[in-house]
Amino acid sequence: MAYCNRFNFLFLLQWETLCSRWCLITSHKLYSTVYDPNEKTFEKLLIANRGEIACRVIKTCKKMGIKTVAIHSDVDANAVHVKMADEAVCVGPAPTSKSYLNMDAIMEVIRKTRAQAVHPGYGFLSENKEFARRLASEGVTFIGPDTHAIQAMGDKIESKLLAKNAKVNTIPGFDGVVKDADEAVRIAREIGYPVMIKASAGGGGKGMRIAWDDEETREGFRFSSQEAASSFGDDRLLIEKFIDNPRHIEIQVLADKHGNALWLNERECSIQRRNQKVVEEAPSTFLDPETRRAMGEQAVALAKAVKYSSAGTVEFLVDSSKNFYFLEMNTRLQVEHPVTECITGLDLVQEMIRVAKGYPLRHTQADIPINGWAVECRVYAEDPYKSFGLPSIGKLSQYQEPLHVPNVRVDSGIQQGSDISIYYDPMISKLITYGSNRAEALKRMEEALDNYVIRGVAHNISLLREVIIHPRFVQGDISTKFLPEVYPDGFKGHKLTDLERRQLLATAASLYVAEQLRSQRFLGTPRIPIAKSKRSSWELSVHLGDGIYPVAVSKDGSSFSVEVDGMKLNVTSEWNLASPLLSVTIDGTQRTIQRISRNASGETSIQFLGTVYKLQILTKVAAELSKYMPEKAAEDTSSILRSPMPGTVVAVSVKPGDMVSEGQEICVIEAMKMQNSMIAAKTGKVKAVHCKAGDTVGEEDLLVELE
Amino acid sequence: MAAVRVLRRAVRLCRGRAASGARPPPVPQRIEEKRRAALLGGGQARIDAQHKRGKLTARERILLLLDPDSFDEYDMFVEHRCTDFGMDSSKNKDFTVFGGSLSGAHAQKICKIMDQAAMVGAPVIGLNDSGGARIQEGVESLAGYADIFLRNVLCSGVIPQISLIMGPCAGGAVYSPALTDFTFMVKDTSYLFITGPDVVKSVTNEDVTQEQLGGAKTHTAVSGVAHRAFENDIDALLNLREFFNYLPLSNRDPAPVCECHDPSDRLVPELDTIVPSESTKAYDMLDIIHSIVDEREFFEIMPTYARNIVVGFARMNGRTVGIVGNQPKVASGCLDINSSVKGARFVRFCDAFNIPLITFVDVPGFLPGTAQEYGGIIRHGAKLLFAFAEATVPKITVITRKAYGGAYDVMSSKHLRGDVNYAWPTAEVAVMGAKGAVQIIFRGKEANAEEEYVDKFANPFPAAMRGFVDDIIQPSTTRTRICHDLDVLASKSQSSPWKKHANIPL
Repeated sequence: MAYCNRFNFLFLLQWETLCSRWCLITSHKLYSTVYDPNEKTFEKLLIANRGEIACRVIKTCKKMGIKTVAIHSDVDANAVHVKMADEAVCVGPAPTSKSYLNMDAIMEVIRKTRAQAVHPGYGFLSENKEFARRLASEGVTFIGPDTHAIQAMGDKIESKLLAKNAKVNTIPGFDGVVKDADEAVRIAREIGYPVMIKASAGGGGKGMRIAWDDEETREGFRFSSQEAASSFGDDRLLIEKFIDNPRHIEIQVLADKHGNALWLNERECSIQRRNQKVVEEAPSTFLDPETRRAMGEQAVALAKAVKYSSAGTVEFLVDSSKNFYFLEMNTRLQVEHPVTECITGLDLVQEMIRVAKGYPLRHTQADIPINGWAVECRVYAEDPYKSFGLPSIGKLSQYQEPLHVPNVRVDSGIQQGSDISIYYDPMISKLITYGSNRAEALKRMEEALDNYVIRGVAHNISLLREVIIHPRFVQGDISTKFLPEVYPDGFKGHKLTDLERRQLLATAASLYVAEQLRSQRFLGTPRIPIAKSKRSSWELSVHLGDGIYPVAVSKDGSSFSVEVDGMKLNVTSEWNLASPLLSVTIDGTQRTIQRISRNASGETSIQFLGTVYKLQILTKVAAELSKYMPEKAAEDTSSILRSPMPGTVVAVSVKPGDMVSEGQEICVIEAMKMQNSMIAAKTGKVKAVHCKAGDTVGEEDLLVELE
Repeated sequence: MAAVRVLRRAVRLCRGRAASGARPPPVPQRIEEKRRAALLGGGQARIDAQHKRGKLTARERILLLLDPDSFDEYDMFVEHRCTDFGMDSSKNKDFTVFGGSLSGAHAQKICKIMDQAAMVGAPVIGLNDSGGARIQEGVESLAGYADIFLRNVLCSGVIPQISLIMGPCAGGAVYSPALTDFTFMVKDTSYLFITGPDVVKSVTNEDVTQEQLGGAKTHTAVSGVAHRAFENDIDALLNLREFFNYLPLSNRDPAPVCECHDPSDRLVPELDTIVPSESTKAYDMLDIIHSIVDEREFFEIMPTYARNIVVGFARMNGRTVGIVGNQPKVASGCLDINSSVKGARFVRFCDAFNIPLITFVDVPGFLPGTAQEYGGIIRHGAKLLFAFAEATVPKITVITRKAYGGAYDVMSSKHLRGDVNYAWPTAEVAVMGAKGAVQIIFRGKEANAEEEYVDKFANPFPAAMRGFVDDIIQPSTTRTRICHDLDVLASKSQSSPWKKHANIPL
């Protein structure tokens, strides 16, 4: 026994050193893993997931002295979670159905590695009762609730009934089919306006009407039943209360196997696009302590009603009068759990593991604090200018997390050089900032977003930054409709004020001059420069958006004095032209900018206030002469795909009518025993496919046409 | 010092301008008049016509190419000639600019400046926009061309010579750019051909447009005559300025070193995973090059021709280097006729002008087939081999993956006087791929032979054991290692046996 203890102790020491190294590599911790070495835990745990959540679980496991097994698909062989884990096993090819959802392969790995427990993360198999059942049958612990709770909460009708029985507020409605318009009006009055009339077989907004009075109810009933009949061949209708302009607020619960359950306060997740959360925070600006307690107590009541153990989330819709209604319960760790960890100081993954091992909770409800404020932004590889975000794929040619900004936590599972592929979620990371109050957390977030370097794929930093500085968001006036309401014509990037435009022009011009000056400094040149005079002023012409602005720059010691729109600005910086981040002080205002690209023709793109602006900087002379340059119509080759070389078509991944996104693989050509992936040059619909697998193609042969 | 030649049709009109009027005005007034007339070139109407064609006048072009106030014009008073001399103060380089169409007497002026440039060691830049030989002058004009060609040849390897084709350049005139080190073109407004579409039609009955026959696209993608094309005059001149900074002034100067902000010891972690684990999968060699060089800046030469080899200039810790890399993304990075010739010419330029060579190797071999054999791959492949073997500048080689067969030897191997040869852990230095080798050795009889071959040969150890690679390095450290090696090799001195000149297999 004594030997055993000592062994454990040594083991721990070793892991502690490793842990501290990992912490350095990964992120500041804004939660604490309070680890009791005497509390026996699992020896080896398998993480049935990938990306940031796999890394997140591994971090806590390392702190707890648990060995980790990662699973991965073949394309993920070099992924960060694979490198972090003690062991890693490939479970299949890239498609999730063949790898991360491949239960047979995962069970085999569990047996082979003798993992005692499995953490499913979120998504994939995290709410799959069959997986939980198979684990249980082999005596492997599933880090999550038991099968019964997963099943009960996974069924929309059953969960609503359970919630009703547990006295949880549910959306008032008629749990049956409405016969006619008169009955509809009667029910609507009972529920209270506004109401939503929707098709029983509905989906996608079809056969759905909102009614604010009796008249509209009758009309809505007629239209909805017609539409439902034509769309679904089923005209049965339901009526429920319509929650106008709702907020999405959820309560984190934590329960053990001994009947104890806690609510760990709320998370505000109203900023969404296409029903996916983008910005989350804890606590919510909207809840008062009474509402919070009421929601928390109902969430705990529901958890207890299903004998819930582990961490879970009860989602509510909250209307403008602070009425809240149960939406659903997620029986897993949520993506946005870090904001709860920041304000409560708990390590939710550790608590999940403890509970799964059978330990009772270490806290009581009174111990759960709200310390400060935490905000989380989901940084996605997607183009925010297309319906608030369409996935982008590619290689992260440069990647640097803003960890030098204090109170920043970044949960990510990628690194410089990683591929964002079509196979998995395009999330790059979760960027979390913390402050003693909301204003401080938001200010940090601004700074963190400006200092985040992501190159090689499109990203949504511009959208995130606009959201968090928008006056409505700052005031806390948000709802799930925030994005479409604030940007009815789609997101277009930051709109520069006159002052900001001048700052951008001055910075870009100074950068240009700094570059010009540097290019003339040769080291160790054997010749004496034949300089007539040292140049100290430049007359430039900067093209930005629709405008062309004359800008005069003069060198003033180490800083530049820039004249734009008849105003003088002083621009100071270290002018490190290789650094991806450039700190510039313009008339005393510090800004972190990123020069994304430049070329010899004076074209440059600069990320300023989160948005990337394209500029062209020319000398005054060149700008004047450029009026003689012929206008050229851009040749559009993006809609046709030709074979770049002779070879054999190995696979064609699209068929006519398919939608493809830019960068998506269209077909694979093998030449010289090498497989070359042909990708779409733009997003669009496939018009025609001119090749099939096995075909031999020549150079410049037409392969696929897009519309 | 650098010299710029401008062959410009518009200036032709200078001729005879001063001869009008019965009583000549006083000398100071005549000087003034002549200057004014020269500044107007061919007159406002001609200038407008040039602008309408989307082109700039010679003087405007010079204004863009040079730093402001660094241009001193010479020989303004020479009739139907315009010889300019300018100084680019910032780069301590002088540009000499000639304008005018090519008559016999005029060619002498060009030769004068070229001789001067060669003497002081200054690059020559020619801005070509000329109809060609002046037919009226007959043999005198031909002699003028030949005089220039001779200067081009004598200056070759002494000073960098760059041609920028900014208009038509036909007939004998094309051989001057062809003899220079780099030929750049302006898209849609420049043409290079021996005989124009009309003559082609009458001789071979082919219907072809100027653009198809000798436009920028033809020469940068099909013929390989031009090294790069730019959008318009301004774009071309601004890019030329940038390109110029990579070059030394002459063969007596070392490769230039610029102020560098990119740390020489910067690790490049993404390189550790850039080579795919499946050896049949392609990756982009440009990704490797961009991530290793200073500030991701790479001036690619011939980017649209023989794309299975990548060549171009970059800087390492501020110092200009020439980069040669097989491109696995295109035809698996194999060597064929065009890529060998493209690579060879680039390597020889770097060697002539003291620019260190960095070679990235992922080559499955020479391209097989009758087209290649009949085309003389043996003779052309030998050029690249010759160029690497002959080069005495610092030579650093990194084998990223395949280095198979004769192509391994060719690609700046240790055996060809490579100074530092590295292999990444993914390197496979072998005579051929495992499958082919096993087929030849065992005729498919041994079942496990392929695996055995892979274990034995498809890795960097056999080469490293024999010292053919100096080290197996972690890819992320490649930049650090190369920067360090370049510092060490800066004082490299190596010579070949005396000869009149070598006999490269042309």
